[in-house]
Amino acid sequence: MTHIVAIGAGQAGAALVARLRSQGFDGQITLIGEEPVAPYQRPPLSKGYLLGEMGLDRLMLRSDEWYVENNITLRLGQPVESINTDSRTIWFSDNESLHYNELVLTTGSIPRRLPAAVGGDLAGVYTVRTLADVDAMRAEFQAGKRLLIVGGGYIGLEAAAVAAKLGVDVTLVEMSRRILSRVAAAETSDYFRNLHMSQGVMILEGVGLETLLGEGRVSGAKLSSGKEIPVDFVIAGVGILPTTRLAEVAGIEIDNGIKTDAQGRCSADHVWAAGDCASFPMGEGRMRLESVGNAIDQAELVADNLLGAGKDYVPAPWFWSDQYDTKLQIAGLSTGYDHIVTRGPAGDAVSFWYYQGDKLIAVDAMNDSRAYMVGKRLIESGKTADAAKVSDLSVELKSLLK
Amino acid sequence: MAKITYVEHSGREHVVEVRNGMTVMEGARDNGIPGIEADCGGACACSTCHVYVDAAWVDKLPKKDAMEEDMLDFAWSPDPVRSRLTCQIKVSDALDGLRVQMPEKQI
Ligand SMILES: Cc1cc2nc3c(=O)[nH]c(=O)nc-3n(C[C@H](O)[C@H](O)[C@H](O)COP(=O)(O)OP(=O)(O)OC[C@H]3O[C@@H](n4cnc5c(N)ncnc54)[C@H](O)[C@@H]3O)c2cc1C
Ligand code: FES
Repeated sequence: MTHIVAIGAGQAGAALVARLRSQGFDGQITLIGEEPVAPYQRPPLSKGYLLGEMGLDRLMLRSDEWYVENNITLRLGQPVESINTDSRTIWFSDNESLHYNELVLTTGSIPRRLPAAVGGDLAGVYTVRTLADVDAMRAEFQAGKRLLIVGGGYIGLEAAAVAAKLGVDVTLVEMSRRILSRVAAAETSDYFRNLHMSQGVMILEGVGLETLLGEGRVSGAKLSSGKEIPVDFVIAGVGILPTTRLAEVAGIEIDNGIKTDAQGRCSADHVWAAGDCASFPMGEGRMRLESVGNAIDQAELVADNLLGAGKDYVPAPWFWSDQYDTKLQIAGLSTGYDHIVTRGPAGDAVSFWYYQGDKLIAVDAMNDSRAYMVGKRLIESGKTADAAKVSDLSVELKSLLK
Repeated sequence: MAKITYVEHSGREHVVEVRNGMTVMEGARDNGIPGIEADCGGACACSTCHVYVDAAWVDKLPKKDAMEEDMLDFAWSPDPVRSRLTCQIKVSDALDGLRVQMPEKQI
């Protein structure tokens, strides 16, 4: 009987095994996870779960019974230590091994940490990736406590919003000229800067962390501006790295992530990859995406290809972020844009449309699902939208689809 | 607690009890009912948790907000009256007996 093994029981791993069964695969499936919990959703970790609005039971992607009913062997809390792609065997830490016919790497990514040299290993310094990370920092979120967030990406900003809502005194430092500089236009940065400032969050741009201060536990921070501030706890939101080590040691090719072909195959036979850890060919280069939508789509594609579909991956990127009462929805990828067209504001809705020449490539929509959905449809079907119409609020957005 | 009937596009029915405070989407997910994909996990960002609510129930449910309305407008084959996003409907005793029908596909 064919045995498909997936290493990494997260968003992609869960989507992979579900798709295999829904497409009728009746061989053996094993899903292995390092974390002690069944696959869960990460997005709420910096949103509703951190705020305490959403319990653990609502975080799970599938019920425990579902794995049993679908005859999927879950091995949790068991990191895979090595892979031999010749004998098609994987090893666990206790030297136990498992044979596979096909192996899928869905190992995700890990947050960059602040180096020990700048106090990154002091107590009270956190990253936001796993349930365990968030459970560990929860107790720190008390009114009046002083939080320093290092890095102004979406996760840092979401954590700032939760903290501010709970009455925590938040300072966020972003080393580059503006928050979200890596992923969004200045218009979107301005929007979120204003939103956070209006909620009392102190945002310092063009300011880095020089070093954290404290004996054993963090008590302050020295900023690149020379200023020293008192701090009770710290969240580092300074980006993530694909989890590639296991693959690399096994001799599988890495290129900004585990390198796959257009169908999700790695350089070694019978090995595939999907999700945050995988880099796939895109035009002349390669691309790696860090989002739920990508994890699901790529994992489902690999499942289909394991069953012989022979399909190439066509990414249709989308993302969202919740901060205070603002819902940001993003369609497309903004990399390479040369100008922005603004629609609105109309009430609390505003959207920024990213163009490369005449071509629409992405939309950031704040409290405007219509702009998001129209943008998404246009981009996915390779169409563009006339800038004059986009910015004219009297033009009904849906008419752009015609 | 509410007893909810989920009807797959094929006509296959699933009757399950869903706890108050959960969403109708979570009721399907936690009971392994196919047809509701819920890619975004309830963030009202994917529109893959779309159903047609039984006509008798349309007026008994909490109203759609503007965001749900907009997302639904772009779901697969929406019905102006009966379509809802299940992640936006919170379960309460008042929903006991609710019946929802899945669309042929989500996107
Ligand atoms: C706080 C936070 C907020 C986010 N918000 C959003 C959002 O709003 N929208 C969005 O689209 N995306 C969001 N994301 C990103 C999204 O969650 C990820 O892109 C997605 O989880 C990727 O899925 P994955 O399966 O590739 O990786 P993961 O979900 O990270 O799963 C990988 C799993 O593999 C395990 N693993 C690694 N190595 C081994 C090994 N050797 N043996 C066994 N197991 C191993 C890991 O422990 C992990 O559990 C957010 C992420 C975080 C952390
Ligand atoms: S689950 Fe995504 S919109 Fe309902």
